[in-house]
Amino acid sequence: MSRRDFLSRSVKAGVLVAAAGSLSYWLYDGKGPDPASQSSGDNVVLPDFSIGDLGGRMSIITGEDRGKTVDLGLKAIGGIERFIRKNDRVLIKVNAAFATPPILSATTNPQLLSEVVDLCLKAGASSVVVTDNPINDPQSCFALSGIGEAVRSAGAKLMLPTGSSFASTTVPKAKLIRDWPLLYAPFEGVNKVIGIAPVKDHHRSGASMVMKNWYGLLGGRRNIFHQNINDIILELAMMVKPTLVILDGTTTMMTNGPTGGSLSDLKQTNCMIVSTDQVAADAFGASLLGKKPADLPFILKAQDAGLGTADYESLKLVRERAG
Amino acid sequence: MRIVTVRRISQIFFLLLFFWFCIVSTFGEQWWQLRGWPVDWFLQLDPLVAVGTMLTTKTLYAGLLWALATVILTIVLGRFFCSWVCPFGTLHHMVGYLGKRGKTLSRKAEVNEYHWGQSIKYYLLVFLLTAAAGALMARTVRAAFAVPAILWFLVAATIVVVALALFGLTGRLRKTAAILLALVGGWTLLGLLYSMEQLIGASLQTGLLDPIPLVYRSVNLVLLPLVDSEYQVLSITQRHYEGAWLIGAIFIAALLLNLRTPRFYCRYICPLGALYGVLSRFSLWRVGKKQSECVQCKLCEANCEGACEPTNTIHLSECVLCMNCLDDCGHDLMGYQTIPSASGEIVSPDMSRRGFVVALASGVLAVPMIRLGGYTDQNWNPAVIRPPGALSEADFLSRCIKCGQCMRVCPTNIIQPAGLEAGLEGLWTPTLNFRVGTSGCQLNCIACSHVCPTAAIRPITLEEKHGREAFADVGPIKLGCAFVDRGRCLPWAMDKPCIVCQETCPVSPKAIFVREYFSTVRNGVVEVVRSDSETLEIAGISFQPGQLSTGDFFIKLLTEPEGKRRPIVDNADRTLAVDPRMPFLKELPLGTRVEIQVRLQRPQIDPKLCIGCGVCEHECPVSGKRAIRVSAENESRSKRRSMLL
Repeated sequence: MSRRDFLSRSVKAGVLVAAAGSLSYWLYDGKGPDPASQSSGDNVVLPDFSIGDLGGRMSIITGEDRGKTVDLGLKAIGGIERFIRKNDRVLIKVNAAFATPPILSATTNPQLLSEVVDLCLKAGASSVVVTDNPINDPQSCFALSGIGEAVRSAGAKLMLPTGSSFASTTVPKAKLIRDWPLLYAPFEGVNKVIGIAPVKDHHRSGASMVMKNWYGLLGGRRNIFHQNINDIILELAMMVKPTLVILDGTTTMMTNGPTGGSLSDLKQTNCMIVSTDQVAADAFGASLLGKKPADLPFILKAQDAGLGTADYESLKLVRERAG
Repeated sequence: MRIVTVRRISQIFFLLLFFWFCIVSTFGEQWWQLRGWPVDWFLQLDPLVAVGTMLTTKTLYAGLLWALATVILTIVLGRFFCSWVCPFGTLHHMVGYLGKRGKTLSRKAEVNEYHWGQSIKYYLLVFLLTAAAGALMARTVRAAFAVPAILWFLVAATIVVVALALFGLTGRLRKTAAILLALVGGWTLLGLLYSMEQLIGASLQTGLLDPIPLVYRSVNLVLLPLVDSEYQVLSITQRHYEGAWLIGAIFIAALLLNLRTPRFYCRYICPLGALYGVLSRFSLWRVGKKQSECVQCKLCEANCEGACEPTNTIHLSECVLCMNCLDDCGHDLMGYQTIPSASGEIVSPDMSRRGFVVALASGVLAVPMIRLGGYTDQNWNPAVIRPPGALSEADFLSRCIKCGQCMRVCPTNIIQPAGLEAGLEGLWTPTLNFRVGTSGCQLNCIACSHVCPTAAIRPITLEEKHGREAFADVGPIKLGCAFVDRGRCLPWAMDKPCIVCQETCPVSPKAIFVREYFSTVRNGVVEVVRSDSETLEIAGISFQPGQLSTGDFFIKLLTEPEGKRRPIVDNADRTLAVDPRMPFLKELPLGTRVEIQVRLQRPQIDPKLCIGCGVCEHECPVSGKRAIRVSAENESRSKRRSMLL
């Protein structure tokens, strides 16, 4: 071997040794991962979407035609224009929990949704997004409940919960919703939030109405919260401060809730509740199920937390009959 | 236009069509999603699917009639499917092209020489088809004894053959007679010794190697989930398939083998190609030389896809009609013509009699041997839950071709390819896994039963699935039954309220109901230190503030009657506040003993109502091994598995 070859080879070997050495030095970790590195990092917090200066308003409209009752209900509390302004970007949280047809009333009624989307767009909203993270298969839920079709034909946008739709949230002062995945993507760029839910029997919590409906914004294995159902509903109400809630009591699911599954589980109760106060809406909704607000601990808890009032009569309440 | 250009257009067209069918097998409302697209079409064109199910079921199911077209065309034209239609063949063709690049002409011609291994696929075909034909063959053997005419014919034939063998025959004829005698005698003996139907079953295993189910399975269960994980067009969440690695590894290995030998799979393994090889024996048109003499330049073999040696005596059953030789021959000596090749042709597959018999016997024996495991009998595995509409296990196995269409179309992703849990013959057949996916089996979905190309999952209606109208007497289709694991269930084992299972049960009335039970919390019998109408101060135990205020905790005075409890609305560490609507009427004496109880609703299954949909199992918050699990007991498809009177 020539001296030249030997030197050349020595240089190359030296570079490789140095590279291996510096890589090891650079990546050396004498401690191993610390426990803090296991947490998910930054948390998002939902802003307050309510319109502060309006105070508590609520309307209860009796009637069978959801289009008419919701229309009248909104007029009764000041008109949609008081809530949705030009160029607002609206998010509607529906209840699409189950892959069942609209006639079984386990999900938000598509006709009602169409009407609300339509009113928002007419009031000048630049976009309306509809979302939910259902219990059953999401695509089946939106297809079978008729909500998907209603969203498309009304000109809104459906946002399904994909793997990347979630961000960690910690609700201030909450005990349960800490560092928990929230269906956040639909909220991005949104400045108004409307919740639309049917009135349903629920064996664990006593009732599933507008406050419980926010459950569908959680991701992960959220079912563990059923161990403390009243506090989780309270915290959901703490998490979302909506612009408006609409509680659909046209058909109430009296038994076998929240899935229903049979027409015999349903009862015509013919009323539509539109409210700025979600606690008040649920307090009235309880009566449709033959319950008192005090029978539902989550309502009292939400009232005590200052999220609204169970005494809906104390609000600026309008009762009317449609048609 | 050159014939090879036409072929390439055809290949690309059918490959794209195949991918399109894979993509549109997506549940949804968009125009490109499942809308009566004939997504099974390639499976229906596949005569191996048709022949296999014909052997096992003696019927030709609906769309499989398409295979007749393929069969007729193959009989007339030869193995056109392989080089013109087959999507798997096209993929091999493309990878093989990459493998050939940079090789010299002689090297190219060398890898395309006929190899004895090409007969392996015929043995595989015989093996797979006889495994499928077991029951039919057993019936035929038995028929000899049930039908007197056949019996007397056999007796007469035996006597004649014996007589001939003893007198007058010599040499080859004598040997033939001996073989005939052995066959007839063997048949008679078998029929006498064994009631064959008991022993021999039919098992359709063609799908393991049949290229069409293989490519459907590989693309739908491996390729698409990988590609779509980024874009989430086909599914909003990542699709998972158990054991996908094996399906993927076989697919990739089959493709990579083309780098070594072009169309390795087609030449050596493909049982469908073997079937075509047999069918093409009498083809009216065939590739061959127009004159025997040529310069032996081997140009025609450089790109020969089938390794059928067009230069010399052509192996007709190996020719895949790629037409490359027609295009490559500089002297225009190759033709696709009605006359046989001028250099002669070998029309039959290269199989030895011995090999044929071994393959046949192995096929016949493999099924009873596998069934000794008892998976279709007493030893059935309750963890194997079949999709709604699936036939009873043995019938199911005689139809399922493991194509994975049901797994692809299932909107919830719960239909999974089985590993060995359904026995060896159940490999890659559909089973339900309620831990993966987005929910249980959706009450209002019957997609899998309608996509199944062979009716292993027979087409059902929603009325039948729900047990409504005409099916009201039979009741709903049950996939199994849910069982509560009381050692894991939160209300049963841990004194925690839950009942997510009850909440999500989609049946009306619910198949899961609850029994209320008040359980005294740990160290929860305490003495009162001080009290007024709405609050108590206790000794001995302290709680976190608010711990008992969830609405689930109660105070029970030991002195008061059973059934009277006061809800706790708030607590500090040793102070409990009760519901003001139920105050204590008088101050409790010091040392009064009270119990702090938690109200539990304990889930209970009504097996008459449970349909085994698995929504409860999917939603159970005990997320590892679920506290409520469906198992296949009580499934409707098999009476022997019913659980109730």
